[in-house]
Amino acid sequence: MHILVCVKQVPDTKNAKLDPVTHNLDRRSTTAITNPYDTHAVEEAVRLKERYGGSVTVLTMGPPQAVSTMKHCVQLGADRAFIISDRAFAGADTLATSYSLACAIEKITREVAPVDLVVCGKMTIDGDTGQVGPGIARRLDIPPLTGIIKIESIDPSTGEIVVHRKLDDGYEILKSQLPCLITVDKSINQVRRASMPNMIRAARFNPVMWSVKDIEGIDTTKLGLKGSPTIVSKVFPPPKPQGGKKIEGSVAEQVKEIANLLMARPEWIKKKA
Amino acid sequence: MEAIEERRRQRELEKQRLLEALSQYRGVWVFIEQRGESIHPVSLELLGAGRKLADKLGIELSGVLIGDQVRPLAETAIAYGADQVYLIDQPIFREYRSETFMKAFVHVAEKYKPEICLFGSTINGKDLASAVATDLKAGLTADTTVLDVNVEERLLEASRPAFGGNIMATILCKTARPQMATVRPRVMRALDPDYSRTGKIIEERVEIEENQIKTKIIEIVKEVQEKANLEEADIIVAGGKGLGDAKGFQLVHQLAEVLGASVGASRDAVEAGWISHAHQVGQTGVTVTPKIYIAIGISGAVQHTVGMQNSGTIIAINKDPNAPIFNFATLGIVGDAFEVVPKLIEEIKANLYKEVQHV
Repeated sequence: MHILVCVKQVPDTKNAKLDPVTHNLDRRSTTAITNPYDTHAVEEAVRLKERYGGSVTVLTMGPPQAVSTMKHCVQLGADRAFIISDRAFAGADTLATSYSLACAIEKITREVAPVDLVVCGKMTIDGDTGQVGPGIARRLDIPPLTGIIKIESIDPSTGEIVVHRKLDDGYEILKSQLPCLITVDKSINQVRRASMPNMIRAARFNPVMWSVKDIEGIDTTKLGLKGSPTIVSKVFPPPKPQGGKKIEGSVAEQVKEIANLLMARPEWIKKKA
Repeated sequence: MEAIEERRRQRELEKQRLLEALSQYRGVWVFIEQRGESIHPVSLELLGAGRKLADKLGIELSGVLIGDQVRPLAETAIAYGADQVYLIDQPIFREYRSETFMKAFVHVAEKYKPEICLFGSTINGKDLASAVATDLKAGLTADTTVLDVNVEERLLEASRPAFGGNIMATILCKTARPQMATVRPRVMRALDPDYSRTGKIIEERVEIEENQIKTKIIEIVKEVQEKANLEEADIIVAGGKGLGDAKGFQLVHQLAEVLGASVGASRDAVEAGWISHAHQVGQTGVTVTPKIYIAIGISGAVQHTVGMQNSGTIIAINKDPNAPIFNFATLGIVGDAFEVVPKLIEEIKANLYKEVQHV
């Protein structure tokens, strides 16, 4: 079974600082990491490889620095890695991104091995949309299975796959057919520590790098900024909050004031019977 | 010179053609997400928001209702503001599936050409919108929290938190139609239903057979496991990184216990493993609007505040006087939670006890 995982290198938004004037991301304040959701996708692919045999290919679109993310994926157990990198991809929204990645997956299918299963993380922490995975599935015309929390079984001979998909109030058990695409929830697994052989392999690993002209048949009008229907027209600070009053005085006085506020509407308090 | 002039004319012509093509698209659509007998609240909220957009643009507001034996819900959608409802009512749409719902939505969208399509940012709403936008080659903005239109250019202005919520970004879609967005639940406001409103129900049939569909639902399992009950709670007590460790987080549970409140948490507290993700409030958790929100040891990163800033009264307890949470707090205490909260628990217990004595 050939499993392909789409990953992205992202700025660690958790500690990101923004330029107070331009509101642009201050890149110096962040480090580039593998999108945390994608590490779960790679982990799941590697676990499937261990269960059913086959190989794991990782694919990313990004700058040449994404090599470090590819090496990280190899540490986690990926066998091959491809980066599509070109100025023409820059500024892509989710529609252009799903097109670019789908074209690369088709090339991998032609030249490496047919892809049986595409795995994506639930979303990225910088784009925060979750739209690229389902978009790739539509481009490849394979079933999209989003928000998967468990892969129950795959029958490699019939291509039947059974998964659990998260719902608001539980989950559903779905049966589908390979090739298909799944996006995985973080809860699907715990990412294991890299093994020593994988670490050694990753240190020497060089991913394959493709530019636009390496991808036969790609329509350059559908790439990057040009191929993106959405544009960011402006950024602004979040709405100014209404608040700011602090209670002064001793702790006893502070506590008293809050308790009074809480006790003013006793019907909101659900006392234990 | 002539060549430059010619190119300029070409560009003008192309722009004209694009505008003409785009102008064929009319109407604001809302995907009506249903669960059998009822409409998901977010769809009613979107009908309220969509009504405003449609009125500004001077066009109709339509619901798109896909399901099996769901016709009565079309009337509900009209009561909540829709002028008309596109109804696709066939047994194959009994349960939500990407493959079937997408085909149905794309079918009506290609036929009637909407200008704007809104979906709730729910598990299925996001799934559907992503697939539909790809097929329609449309622009899609995720997790919108502010919606408006530029009437002159007929552009949807969809704003959303970006970069982990540190900033808001407004997204436009100038070159493709429909303009699509998913919108977070509990941000927009539903209109009061008016059951005397009348509207058109346009029934559509989609040619689709079960044997063409690869994905089958074997079973739907309702989870018996823990629910955080954040969405209905009158009072929420939430804790963050400032509580130090899992043991410190117990303080939140103790205060919630005496108030009969639900327990919320910041992303940091959830990621540290002090409490499950079901309790997470904020951009990557749930949005809540309780009567009272008590934030303990939460600094107030935008990631968190976008999920709770519309609460009735916000009380913040934090050691750092410069913590942004204080800007949101109706009442704030700069102090040590481990000193303040136990005293607060005592005080409330004493008061509640007093009340019982009166009875």
